[in-house]
Amino acid sequence: MERLELEIAEWRGFVGQGSTVNGRDVEELEAHLRDQIADLVAAGLAADEAILVAVKRMGGLDELSREFAREHSGRLWKQIVLSGGDEQPQPDSRWVEALVFAVATAITVQVARLTAGFPSDESLWLFRNLSLLVLPFLAGYFARRRGLASRRCLLTAAPFAIAAFVINLYPYGDQASTELLVITHMPVVLWFVVAYPYMNGVVRSYERRMDFVRFTGEWFIYYVLIALGGGVLMGLTAGILEPAGIDAERVIEWVVLPGAAGGVIVAAWLVESKQRVVENMAPVLTMVFTPLFAVMLIIAALVYAFTGLRGAFDRELLSVFDLLMVVVLGLVLYGMSARDPSQGPGWMDRIQLVAVVSALVLDLMVLGAMLARIGELGFTPNRTAALGLNLLLLVNLAGTAWLSARFLTGRSTFHRLERWQTTYLPVFALWAATVVVILPPLFGFN
Amino acid sequence: MHIDKDLVAALATPLVLTILAEGESYGYAILKRVRELSDGELEWTDGMLYPLLHRLRRLGYVTTEWRTSPEGRRRRYYAIADDGRAALAEQQRQWVTVARALRDVWEGDDLLPFALARG
Repeated sequence: MERLELEIAEWRGFVGQGSTVNGRDVEELEAHLRDQIADLVAAGLAADEAILVAVKRMGGLDELSREFAREHSGRLWKQIVLSGGDEQPQPDSRWVEALVFAVATAITVQVARLTAGFPSDESLWLFRNLSLLVLPFLAGYFARRRGLASRRCLLTAAPFAIAAFVINLYPYGDQASTELLVITHMPVVLWFVVAYPYMNGVVRSYERRMDFVRFTGEWFIYYVLIALGGGVLMGLTAGILEPAGIDAERVIEWVVLPGAAGGVIVAAWLVESKQRVVENMAPVLTMVFTPLFAVMLIIAALVYAFTGLRGAFDRELLSVFDLLMVVVLGLVLYGMSARDPSQGPGWMDRIQLVAVVSALVLDLMVLGAMLARIGELGFTPNRTAALGLNLLLLVNLAGTAWLSARFLTGRSTFHRLERWQTTYLPVFALWAATVVVILPPLFGFN
Repeated sequence: MHIDKDLVAALATPLVLTILAEGESYGYAILKRVRELSDGELEWTDGMLYPLLHRLRRLGYVTTEWRTSPEGRRRRYYAIADDGRAALAEQQRQWVTVARALRDVWEGDDLLPFALARG
């Protein structure tokens, strides 16, 4: 019997080694193994024979962990080291590849900056095109990494080409607010285009969509870290060079924009290859910030409910509110993607629901104020864009609140909630594209 | 008789749901019941049952609970949920249609020997 225990322990060690089969599952498989052994022994087999047969029936470990990984794609994400799988990571050449793309992005942006004469000349042209100069490289990086088929490469390139034509051929008026809207919405549109090569063209898969959400969240975290480091570096550079009589401002002019552009690729590479690092950090960050945002939203909702908001609602506050909603939604989405979908409802889900409901209340108030303003003063490009975004967020948050309430009361599954969000994603992409393509001509390019 | 792998895969979900519709159960017992129902013809690698069960749980077709069995063994018990019953009814409808269609063709105008001879 002692020998049997030893063998089972060894088997358990092997199964638990792969990151796709976690503790509870190992326990479940072990119970199965023990039942099987007990039955075989009862049928007259010796203990060591029984364990051999039972392990064999359980199936090969590679096959097993791959099958588990397919079901728990969130865990697969943790570390793609399925032995015998189709793709083996090649760590050596990967960073060179990322570096090449990052440098190419930086050079492109630098050339564009010099052509536009930024920052001595105010150049809206540069800002309108900035995402168009950077994100194709990111798309290209993913196309290369995923080994995208050439037809799909063309499909990836097409939206970039169309976008380039549209935003450069439109005759924007002087100080046109539609042009500012294009500057803010263009990156969003193109980010969704990057999703296509990222998902290797499988855009209909809900799991891949969730992977992209997770990627976006983690990319953001890495990018902020890189930006902070860059800021410190710039500050120190200025401090060192200024006494030597060198104009640090010019150095910073040369470095900041290309550096920020190259950072986009570097952050993506970090997300792809240093998964384990951010994986430990990200759930902690959402766990810290979701409650804080919930508290802030409750306070804001209460304050505005009491003071009323008609007078306070100027344009700036409106955009702050829109930004806040987007951040809340981002937090919810990211929290969802980092969550183990098989777990039952927990306190984090409750807090998230509180955050969503307060955001919903705020959103309704904003919407009321906005409609009143539009009723008084009519549609402008800015108001139209803000109204559209608010309506989209309202529907999304309402759906989220409804489904997570059902989930918390045990009348629905987390899967439904996830499905709702991933189904909704293209709506945001379409809306951003509408703002870029349709709003400017609608408002006479003003 | 060897049953084709793809067919087994397609059969797995309705079969497991049917077994759970008889009453809650755990992995090993479900697998034993599968063997019983198919007279041992339907064999699949034991481990593969669990990813399937976890998928059913994620879809909300089954609920799970850890309990200690009378013999003192910790087991995860699976019970069918309302969504699972609905899915099972749907699967049942599809399989009945498929089976009827095949039977009609095969038992119909004695076409089968003809088709086999030509093939």
